[in-house]
Amino acid sequence: MLALQQVSKRYRDTLVVEGLDLTVAAGQCVGLLGPNGAGKTTTIRMLLGMTVPDTGTITLCGEPVPRRAAQARRRVGVVPQFDNLDPDFSVRENLRVFGRYFGIAPRVIESRIPDLLAFARLESKADAEVKQLSGGMRRRLTLARALINDPDVLVLDEPTTGLDPQARHLIWERLKSLLAAGKTILLTTHFMEEAERLCDVLCIIDNGRKIAEGSPQALILEQIGCDVVEIYGDGAAHCLARVEPLAERVEVRGDTLFCYVRDAAPLMAALKPLTQLRYLHRPANLEDVFLKLTGREMRD
Amino acid sequence: MPYPQSPFPLNFSNWRAVWYRNYLVWRKLAIPSMVGNLADPMIYLFGLGFGLGLLVGQVDGVSYIAFIAAGTVASSVMMTASFESMYSAFSRMFVQRTWEAIMHAPLNLGDIVIGEIAWAASKAVLSGIAILAVASALGYAHWPDALWVLPIIVLAGVMFASLAMIVTALAPSYDFFMFYQTLAMTPMLLLSGVFFPLSQLPAPAQAVVQVLPLPHVVALIRPVMLGQAPAQPLLHLAVIVAYTAAGVVTALLLTRRRMLR
Repeated sequence: MLALQQVSKRYRDTLVVEGLDLTVAAGQCVGLLGPNGAGKTTTIRMLLGMTVPDTGTITLCGEPVPRRAAQARRRVGVVPQFDNLDPDFSVRENLRVFGRYFGIAPRVIESRIPDLLAFARLESKADAEVKQLSGGMRRRLTLARALINDPDVLVLDEPTTGLDPQARHLIWERLKSLLAAGKTILLTTHFMEEAERLCDVLCIIDNGRKIAEGSPQALILEQIGCDVVEIYGDGAAHCLARVEPLAERVEVRGDTLFCYVRDAAPLMAALKPLTQLRYLHRPANLEDVFLKLTGREMRD
Repeated sequence: MPYPQSPFPLNFSNWRAVWYRNYLVWRKLAIPSMVGNLADPMIYLFGLGFGLGLLVGQVDGVSYIAFIAAGTVASSVMMTASFESMYSAFSRMFVQRTWEAIMHAPLNLGDIVIGEIAWAASKAVLSGIAILAVASALGYAHWPDALWVLPIIVLAGVMFASLAMIVTALAPSYDFFMFYQTLAMTPMLLLSGVFFPLSQLPAPAQAVVQVLPLPHVVALIRPVMLGQAPAQPLLHLAVIVAYTAAGVVTALLLTRRRMLR
């Protein structure tokens, strides 16, 4: 449904996106996972035809971008990072006005609105002003608005940033239902939980470059392939010498030790008497992958 | 080409969706909005018209209030178009990100800018018509000659809206608009023949003032409202058309530079 090939973008002296290859097949959910400043929003802007890449080609819904970006956008719904709802209109009016930009007949727009309000769980707020909505409601409205033209592809830029956990879960659940209905999704995020839950394929990017690609499970297996024991608390860093022989690899980040172990039992036994420490045995996750690949944490 | 879109609209119809959106918002608050647009020129018209009029007597063969009624039709078009293109469009473009939202749909920036200019011009025409109606009701306009005012204020509305859109494209914040108001709008208001005939200015000043657009609008509107033929209609029309063309093209180029780099 969409493809970026060897796309680069430079702003002044900074290479914001470098040689990016990204493909999303119909029905897939692909995520661009990376910290702030990795080039995620710039990639989305180029994909939608808002800015020209310096190199590379972009295709969206079969149309070349930016040459025929407007035509491509007929089949696309966009949820931007920062809300751009119309504060002068109610929930219902926002949907109505947006549908008109697509040239959809007013009767057809009206017929779609009840389903969209139900989808977004905003039926009771249909005539409320945007000002009266919470952050989570506004994001749901933006998602509903992005569906007014019944798009094939949804592009979401950090869809749950700034939302409380409950609102976040509701958005995830709604996105999963859209995937089940056969829609194609490209999303950017810096939340590894979001990436793990929603995405079939992940592209991890850092400083404009893709540093890993694959399904979340495959990435974790390839890059880490074992469990993690986190050790923190008073004197955690001091027990490094004691811990190192019991683990495959140990990373020290601030005052936390990350111990990568295939068999955690010996390490856990060694830690038990050290009551001033707190420790946690968990499966590896995407944060560990990112840490391994870049040497840095991806801040939530 | 360093830009993803041509500066021009995609087609001749997209802009209407943008115009209609602004119309729907306006409709919710139409009465207060109209009162706001009319208050200023009405105050000038009656305050100066009656107040100064008693002191001044006849100006260029008509009562002073009839003289400035025609002037305030022109000036209200400039004021309304400019304020809508500056403050209101800036809110939509920058604060609310409405233009960004519209560009998620199959519209280009050129469609949006033309829609905004057309909307600001529409508001300006409405306020011009309202002043004309008041002036007519008081007997200060000749009909059917005054019908010619309508096409003039449509063109003038587009012109002033596009010139102000250039300022919006360049403005980092609302404060920036003060420059245009102080350096362009107020001098034009005072030196375009709105409140006193241009013949009152020293000859060199009269010549210099001809480069401004508002004197040419006044020079077309006042004669037709008073039932006379304008002295140099083609010259005035040419200046207005030139400013309009340059204004629209420049506004399209500068908004694109701002938003799509």
